[in-house]
Amino acid sequence: MALERSDVEKIAHLARLQLREDEVEGYTQTLSDILALVDQLQAADTADVEPMAHPLDAVQRLRADVVSEDNQRELLQSVAPAVENGLFLVPKVIE
Amino acid sequence: MFDKTLAELAGGLAAGDFSSLELTESCLNRIKTQDAAYNSFITVTEELALNQARAADSLRASGKAGIFTGLPMAHKDIFCTQGVRTSCASRMLDNFIAPYDATLIRKFNEAGAVTLGKTNMDEFAMGSSNESSFYGPARNPWDTERVPGGSSGGSAAAIAARLVPAATGTDTGGSIRQPAALCGITGLKPTYGRVSRYGMIAFASSLDQAGPMARTAEDAALMLNVMAGFDPLDSTCVEREVPDYSASLNDSLEGLRIGLPKEYFADNLNPAIAEQVQNAIREFEKLGATVKEISLPNTALAVPAYYIIAPAEASTNLSRFDGVRYGYRCDNPVDLEDLYKRTRGEGFGDEVKRRIMVGTYALSAGYYDAYYRKAQQARRLIQQDFVKALAEVDVIMGPTTPQPAFRIGEKSSDPVQMYMEDIYTLALNLAGLPGMSVPCGQAQGLPVGLQIIGNYFAEAKLLNVAHRFQQATDWHTQAPASIKG
Repeated sequence: MALERSDVEKIAHLARLQLREDEVEGYTQTLSDILALVDQLQAADTADVEPMAHPLDAVQRLRADVVSEDNQRELLQSVAPAVENGLFLVPKVIE
Repeated sequence: MFDKTLAELAGGLAAGDFSSLELTESCLNRIKTQDAAYNSFITVTEELALNQARAADSLRASGKAGIFTGLPMAHKDIFCTQGVRTSCASRMLDNFIAPYDATLIRKFNEAGAVTLGKTNMDEFAMGSSNESSFYGPARNPWDTERVPGGSSGGSAAAIAARLVPAATGTDTGGSIRQPAALCGITGLKPTYGRVSRYGMIAFASSLDQAGPMARTAEDAALMLNVMAGFDPLDSTCVEREVPDYSASLNDSLEGLRIGLPKEYFADNLNPAIAEQVQNAIREFEKLGATVKEISLPNTALAVPAYYIIAPAEASTNLSRFDGVRYGYRCDNPVDLEDLYKRTRGEGFGDEVKRRIMVGTYALSAGYYDAYYRKAQQARRLIQQDFVKALAEVDVIMGPTTPQPAFRIGEKSSDPVQMYMEDIYTLALNLAGLPGMSVPCGQAQGLPVGLQIIGNYFAEAKLLNVAHRFQQATDWHTQAPASIKG
């Protein structure tokens, strides 16, 4: 299916992607091409076919509910863009 | 030394012909002096490599060396490597020093391997040409104006250029097999769940699988012996015994039943590639195999099903890149939405953004049944084709790619044309089956890959089949003319 410019702007918002004004047209074209490709699937007869989510049809493995991880906060926060007192810093959310 | 396989180098180390330190220095020197032509590395880990080599030599001196002790290799820059930048070839992770090791890295470290560096790739493994890398394209040593394939293009180029004897790769839709074919090396995508995905930066979690890339099947077996096995840290890793993949390499191929899917030899296949693949099949007949035509009738559904499922899973996986916990963050965000949007808009490249948007669209309200559910149904049809075929034959063979290596820039502006590059490889990931690519000839002076597909967990059979082929032919020993000693 062919997308409109406004569709792409909406999708980009849902995906939290800032697109530059001059990029939108290019994405509108390539995304429309990709959707035309995947739309070939609509012709396939899939009535009564069970969807396949996992190649081996495995189920989620469970483990005993015990503490198995050490607290590595400092190590893991060492790669964060902004941290203070062990907390991740983000722009103000609540006025 | 640079032209030796892992198995030969292991022999040389054991015999004391050279030390791991000498071998490692020789590899590092080749990378330093020659990789400018190929751009196959994102990061060279010289200090780490020299330390590991010295440790390997001490271990050997104390009589405790294993087969992998002191063998140099490289890792695709998708595997978290503690203390080393792990970029996934993205601006988003250009500053990311991994705080832990992927299970695969840990296993190679424990086996005594030496890490020479992290190889170039398509950004977040999304691509078939290595052109989407933030660090620029890797180049094919057979013709540096051409792509090495992707996404594990840096690993394939480094091996083909004899900078490293072996490297790791990952394969979500052909990302080990296609670059292996285009660069004339040997690559194996194991069964889904055979190798742990822990610490391997996720692209499409129901398709991603790590595997070995080397010059020979014998070396791929040595590597898979290290990589394969259960890992409690990956919930999809399979709890199942790991055979010794080296033990059955020399088994006879007498009576091996080979199936040739007629759909893989249709119109869009380059005739020169078809001819080389047919020559390879005749070689297998000489080795005692029988050949029959088979059909995989839902082959045409693989590309559209893949380009719904992979982007859908990618859009979910890549939502973690939010500029808060690690990686790139935009300057001076005014609020949280601005932080997310600009971080992701500036941090991701074009192809990654495209796939996130395709996935977001396919999963959005009102479209889920028409796209994602439909694709998962097609996925089962594709899998059932293989299950039926593999009840009648032991392995399936065909071309790995429809064309030899294409020119840099030739397909980069048309994503749909690029996606068609993977028409023979995607279906395996959807089905979760193992597959290999081995060099089987040349077309227009460029390498051609033979794809060998087996049943679930039949990696030992694939390696056996590939090894016997490599005992009978010398395509895997051919090196690009530009290679310098």
